[in-house]
Amino acid sequence: MKIHEYQAKELLKSCGVPVPLGEVADTAEKALAVAERLGYPCVIKAQVHAGGRGKAGGIQLVRNRSEAEKHIARILGLTLVSHQTGPEGKLVRKLLVEQGLDIIKEFYLAIIIDREEEMPVIIASSQGGMEIETVARDHPQAIFKMHVHPVTGLSACHIRNLAFKLDLSKVQQQNFSNLLINLYELFLKSDASLVEINPLIVTANDEVLALDAKINFDDNALGRHPDIAAWRDVHEEEPLEVEASKFELNYIRLDGNIGCMVNGAGLAMATMDIIKFYGGEPANFLDVGGATSVEKVKEAFKILLADKNVRAVFVNIFGGIVRTDLVANGIVYAAKGLEIKIPIVIRLVGTNEEEGMRILRESQLNFVTENVLADAVRRVVELAKGD
Amino acid sequence: MSILINQDSRVIVQGFTGREGTFHSTQMIEYGTRIVGGITPNKGGQIHLDKPVFNTVEEAVKETAADVSVIFVPAPFAADAIIEAALAGIALIVCISEGIPVLDMVKVKHFLCTTSSRLIGPNCPGIISPGKCKVGIMPSRIHSPGKVGIISRSGTLTYVAVDQITRENLGQSTGIGIGGDPIIGTSFVEALQLFKDDEQTEALVMIGEIGGTLEEEAAAYIGKNFNKPVVAFIAGQTAPPGRRMGHAGAIISGGRGTAAEKMAVLKKNGVHVVENPAEIGATVKKILG
Repeated sequence: MKIHEYQAKELLKSCGVPVPLGEVADTAEKALAVAERLGYPCVIKAQVHAGGRGKAGGIQLVRNRSEAEKHIARILGLTLVSHQTGPEGKLVRKLLVEQGLDIIKEFYLAIIIDREEEMPVIIASSQGGMEIETVARDHPQAIFKMHVHPVTGLSACHIRNLAFKLDLSKVQQQNFSNLLINLYELFLKSDASLVEINPLIVTANDEVLALDAKINFDDNALGRHPDIAAWRDVHEEEPLEVEASKFELNYIRLDGNIGCMVNGAGLAMATMDIIKFYGGEPANFLDVGGATSVEKVKEAFKILLADKNVRAVFVNIFGGIVRTDLVANGIVYAAKGLEIKIPIVIRLVGTNEEEGMRILRESQLNFVTENVLADAVRRVVELAKGD
Repeated sequence: MSILINQDSRVIVQGFTGREGTFHSTQMIEYGTRIVGGITPNKGGQIHLDKPVFNTVEEAVKETAADVSVIFVPAPFAADAIIEAALAGIALIVCISEGIPVLDMVKVKHFLCTTSSRLIGPNCPGIISPGKCKVGIMPSRIHSPGKVGIISRSGTLTYVAVDQITRENLGQSTGIGIGGDPIIGTSFVEALQLFKDDEQTEALVMIGEIGGTLEEEAAAYIGKNFNKPVVAFIAGQTAPPGRRMGHAGAIISGGRGTAAEKMAVLKKNGVHVVENPAEIGATVKKILG
């Protein structure tokens, strides 16, 4: 799960990680009041779940009241389009207004789980403010990594090593050390999957602060962090994905026109691949899971059909433990309740497949049934093209 | 032969009396797996599915000499269940549970290094040596004893491959679902090492997916050390970057872990990579003749 910068900074502050003074606002009046209270210069920052806000015009330094008024009006309500938002962009509903600071150095600092080493790794770079992927490509020597073994936890040597590599003065080292200890503890105790401070800044007074903050959390651990789970902002998510999550359906919207309903994540991915292989474009990833109930199938259909790009649907079910005749009944029941005008190609393989296919054929509904995977996919690709 | 489990494996079930545990234990017993008991705290002394229930794994091991445990407990308690099994000296721990927090697995993984236990999973269908023993949730009916080893990060997609192998009359030696999480007990390379010395296994099917580097490590291992034919499919060729595709581990992050990258390095190391999952069985058949 992702959260907004202002939420990440609240969390940082509560864990003893210094952040600039600032406040979030959801109206122009409130935002201006915050700017007036903080004094100038200050920074107006669009709050959306995407990077690249600066280049997209979503972050603005303002030097006086009239500049503040102008840019608050411009950014609040803006549909921000950055390389991370997609072409449709994201509506700015909230602004974070922060004090301007006298910055003398900028760094990159992040904590993630390294899958290869199977432990957390702290990543730091002297190239603050730049995307880490870009730095890794152009200046790999500027990136420093420090793995933290779960037995030792974060030790003073980890911090010293990073501080010397970042060339910090003695006072700065102390401030950096305090920040990193608190940041690492936050990473562990909140089950974060990513904590990224970019840039981490050093001010003229040798203070070390998080000027920006991005924190993602392990979805599997949200159950033990209800306070963090409450920060979810569904406005930032694709509406159909939000709807799907209510029914524990794993749905991801894509750009194509063939809606897919599949059981199992691996098979769902493979189904997308094979559609592409035969010249089609999948409209979504959808894993309906193992114990497929009639209600779930119905909700899945509703979500697939709500995507107006969808011209044909492909249902690909491998019944292992699940009986395909039960799945077939679910499909028939679901389809009868919904007015489906587009073609649906169904492939049911596995336990009781003959019975399952018979139920579909005798339903009087407009289903195309195919047993062979390649044939089924060719058929749905054709139908989606309108041939 | 087959690897890791056979007709002599003595299996206990953690989370024995729950809904999932009961359903799949019944299926395993029907398949012929020697389930010797199960664990549900505070239900010790009861009898479930005609087998004894114990409060702790330690007690179960003492009474039944179990050497394999399969875990069905809910994700928030699954890491603890793995630790308990390892402390009791279980040689092979198979964790089916999906949704274990990754930081729990960091601890579990490094703890297991200090024990002699092997973990398969979590978030996996388990392991099966057809005709001998099944420790997991895969549909028994589609399997048949034979000469093809299977290693996969997926569930249903593996069944699709198994089904094709069975229809080609080749059968399986052992099938292992290694799990779809970012941190798992047994990697592709570790599974390959076991299959390498198994006389029953003449060819191998490897089903990978986007995310992580397990497939790349496997490719390097196969290139140097594995002389049986390997057929591979990588799911997620069309997956968008930065999105978690169902499995917690199936995500392309920072431009790394793409299917294209994995397929290229597997091919370079002599693996028969199929782009179309419908062709897995036929490809193995063609190679084995």
